[in-house]
Amino acid sequence: MKLRSLPSIAIAVAVIAGSSACSSTGPAVPSTRSTAALSGSITVFAAASLTGTFTVLATKFEAKHRGTTVELSFAGSADLVTQITNGAPADVFASADTKNMTKLTDANLVEGKPVNFATNVLEIAVPPGNPASIATFADLAKPGVRTVVCAPQVPCGSATIAVEQASGVSLAPVSEESAVTDVLGKVSSGEADAGLVYVTDIKAAGSKVTGITFPESSAAVNTYPIATLTGSANVALAKAFIDYVTGAIGQEEFAAAGFGKP
Amino acid sequence: MDIRRSSTIPRWVIVVAVVGAVFVLFPLVAMTTRVDWPNFLVLITSPSSVAALLLSLRTSLAATAACVVLGVPLALMLARTEFRGQRLVRALVLLPLVLPPVIGGIALLAAFGRRGLLGQTFDFFGVTIAFSTTAVVIAQTFVALPFLVLSLESSLRLAGTRYEAVAATLGARPTTVLRRITLPLIFPALLSGAVLSFARALGEFGATLTFAGSLQGVTRTLPLEIYLQRETDPDAAVALSLVLVLVAVLVVGLTLRTSTVPSLVRRGTS
Repeated sequence: MKLRSLPSIAIAVAVIAGSSACSSTGPAVPSTRSTAALSGSITVFAAASLTGTFTVLATKFEAKHRGTTVELSFAGSADLVTQITNGAPADVFASADTKNMTKLTDANLVEGKPVNFATNVLEIAVPPGNPASIATFADLAKPGVRTVVCAPQVPCGSATIAVEQASGVSLAPVSEESAVTDVLGKVSSGEADAGLVYVTDIKAAGSKVTGITFPESSAAVNTYPIATLTGSANVALAKAFIDYVTGAIGQEEFAAAGFGKP
Repeated sequence: MDIRRSSTIPRWVIVVAVVGAVFVLFPLVAMTTRVDWPNFLVLITSPSSVAALLLSLRTSLAATAACVVLGVPLALMLARTEFRGQRLVRALVLLPLVLPPVIGGIALLAAFGRRGLLGQTFDFFGVTIAFSTTAVVIAQTFVALPFLVLSLESSLRLAGTRYEAVAATLGARPTTVLRRITLPLIFPALLSGAVLSFARALGEFGATLTFAGSLQGVTRTLPLEIYLQRETDPDAAVALSLVLVLVAVLVVGLTLRTSTVPSLVRRGTS
């Protein structure tokens, strides 16, 4: 009888130990270090549209400061804000819009003031060959043209509405997607005739879609802020990474990816 | 707690089982603590929520009907015939069960999309599937069909062929045997399979998002609406999630009531 109940105790203990171990996973790195010798690791939460640039910048940063590790986690800005407010262990947050960063500053989760480091504007994406012969923003509202946009709830969707209001053209999209990547997918697969995505998305998609710039896009310029989070256990390294991103090398990388200057 | 146990089940199994049950139930109970109760009714009766719920019910019912029409013959063929490659066919038919739905969506695009293999054919008849409610039903049927086939096939095997054989020797024609013997015999399994398919269709998210798009009243089903609301209105997302949980509980309850195996079959297999 005693032997039989042993495994149950072992499992119960494992379950309890496991759950408590989960709750305490955070960067266990001492924060009392001078800026002169950077070490340890930080976790950077960055908007999905920064995947390409931040991956390159983190690698370059690690090479420059030997012994440091920059962990990256990419997702939609709103998702990341939810994760951070729920206690996810992050040191730096880079948002695709100021609105989501404001949620964190309002909740006193940001150390100091966020710094704007890049901008992004919308561009029309069409499948290769441009089957619906789209040339201007107004063409997207033509009958028979299947346009896909982001839903108003997500940043690229609110940018779309701003452009519609500024230009006086109202679109009748066949789909309002919840992520910019879904819009891009519908265009690159040829399901849609056109989609509204960011300049950087089109650049990253390469030859799968063709981009058409339009002057009305200036009505909605998305600004990307970055900030250190109050929960950071390695503020020195977090600040150094932010300096790197906002510095010359970072700006060069962003320009190459199609981002604008803040 | 009063648990009658057979002497062959060790006590620790029950302990782990309780942990397992709590593991499943606890998050759902925890979710109810996040519900904004004072505004619950307002949140779930907003125009976009109602449109999403109605669309979900409509498309899931259509998908369930499609599953029954396609699934019954499929299950019969798998359970009652023998042919080369049967095991392979069975495995392939059940594939959507284990595939991530987004892959289902990509596959459906390749078949029925505008530039898919059949897209041109549909265009020729003036039918466009992409971004239509039809696309939602196709996606739901694709992921829900295996549930019905699986449920029916095992029931058919359990029931055996004795009664069918007797009916045939008495001169009944195959269609009569199917109508008078086989279908009544597996009816409970057909019901529970249909309810399961309905539930799976109701929860469909990935394939719909990839294949059908997302537009209020046309393609934005309840799971898509919840996913979108989460961006700006987490309270609405939680409220709608609870609605879907309640529907799921209702469905599971129905399945449990209908899945009692008829005594006829039980005797045949003991």
